[in-house]
Amino acid sequence: MWNTVFPYLLSGISVGGQYALIAIGYTMVYGILRLINFAHGDVFMVAGIIMVYMSASGMPLWVTIPLVLILTALIGFVIERVAYKPLRSAPRMSVMISAIGVSYTLQNLVLYVTGGLNKTYPTIPLISQTVTVLGAKTKAVTLVTPVLTLVLVLLLVTLINKTKIGMAMRAVSKDFETSQLMGIKINSVISATFVIGSFLAGVGSVLYFTNYPTVIQTSGAMPGLKAFVAAVFGGIGSIPGAVIGAFIIGIMENIIKGLDVILFKSGVISAPLGLSTFSDAFTFALLIVILIVKPTGLFGEKATDKV
Amino acid sequence: MSLLKVMDLKVSYGGIEALKGISFEVEKGSIVTLIGANGAGKSTTLRAISGLVPVKSGTITYDGNVINGQSPQKIVAEGICMVPEGRRVFPNLTVLENLKIGAYLRKDDLTADIDHVYRLFPRLKERHWQLAGTLSGGEQQMLAVGRALMMRPKILMMDEPSLGLAPLVIRDIFRIIQTLHEEGITILLVEQNANAALKIADFAFVLETGFLGMQGTGAQLLNDPGIKAAYLGTAKA
Repeated sequence: MWNTVFPYLLSGISVGGQYALIAIGYTMVYGILRLINFAHGDVFMVAGIIMVYMSASGMPLWVTIPLVLILTALIGFVIERVAYKPLRSAPRMSVMISAIGVSYTLQNLVLYVTGGLNKTYPTIPLISQTVTVLGAKTKAVTLVTPVLTLVLVLLLVTLINKTKIGMAMRAVSKDFETSQLMGIKINSVISATFVIGSFLAGVGSVLYFTNYPTVIQTSGAMPGLKAFVAAVFGGIGSIPGAVIGAFIIGIMENIIKGLDVILFKSGVISAPLGLSTFSDAFTFALLIVILIVKPTGLFGEKATDKV
Repeated sequence: MSLLKVMDLKVSYGGIEALKGISFEVEKGSIVTLIGANGAGKSTTLRAISGLVPVKSGTITYDGNVINGQSPQKIVAEGICMVPEGRRVFPNLTVLENLKIGAYLRKDDLTADIDHVYRLFPRLKERHWQLAGTLSGGEQQMLAVGRALMMRPKILMMDEPSLGLAPLVIRDIFRIIQTLHEEGITILLVEQNANAALKIADFAFVLETGFLGMQGTGAQLLNDPGIKAAYLGTAKA
């Protein structure tokens, strides 16, 4: 029984970590701008495309990976400056529509560049190789992802709770105007948020696409959407919430993918039921349930408005 | 020479002219108060000085330099700090962090300033680890004042510091204002509680829907029959 479940659990944890790295971008941007950044999943996809072209250029990996991460962070910065900053005092709906526009722009730019063809994602030697964990065969990335995710999350939480820029981020997320009165440049803080979010999405992209043969302009949509659900599940605006939500969704999704096999091997069913088809449906059903039962999510902001 | 000089200041929100050309001066080391009814433009005046709202025309001169058009960051850096209306402490930051963020632009050691604030408001020291959102209204007001002091302001602008506070707490706040005045900080105070404000003010201006009305020393206005009727209430006279 355990031997059947374990591989699915393992890949669930790994996928969860990748979702977590994307979800942090959603939750941080929401925390500071109250904006659902619809373009975030596409930034993640563009990071994958950049990786494809970078490695095709023949540069060594220790150059391409940092370069991909820096470029992804830069893209996040530019998107905010071009598409969101001019709308700072506009109604929130306008910014959201701008985000949808950015999403389509990125997808179509990539469509133009790649001609709509699947681009083969490069194999990254260290994390693509097969390893055996407790009898289960998997890629090394499966083990690297959760560890790397936790390290990055710890660094991020330390940055937010212990440093001056982190303090400014927390202040700006509550009150733009008073933050300005403290001498904080809110635009710099918002830019920093986008840079961090995109950088983490870049890391997530390298880990995620290693599990897939190709990247195409729509590759960001599904993982982006699931990371968004994870952020809502955890309570949007909360970083620990997004991380925990992402791991839960990643694990549940992969267990459902393997449910047929697990049930079959344990003798509960005698023929496959095709349950794996429902792994995506599960994620979105979960979203609906959360929105009905606990709209603020697991760690959603408690309303402490006191006048 | 006056430390702060406002000349023919006009500010509009959308199509509405909130300030229709006001001029006043604040002497160095004095307490100056702006009193007036709701919507007279008191807060707008402070917000224009601190750079939060754009100035349509006129000039704001600080220490001989025109400062209107500068960013709020630059104005704070020059030593004009504001205690905003409704306190606006950061509820998700601790008391100590709120003080530290008041000195965001400073890079030197803050220990002496934090101690100074704790001496003025011992209650904040007791609660330095608490989230500011959990403080009472009066404590939040103390924190908002303490936070502004962390920049070592030359001019402290206070917007309705007595708003929504119990009478005893209000008395404390006004006592602190006087203490700060004795320490040499110039104070520009906006108040609806005209009675309390006029009692401590060296000079006072009355704002009437975008225009400057009467002006005089605190004592003069306090005894003016028109002011008494309009802002102080006859019962208090």
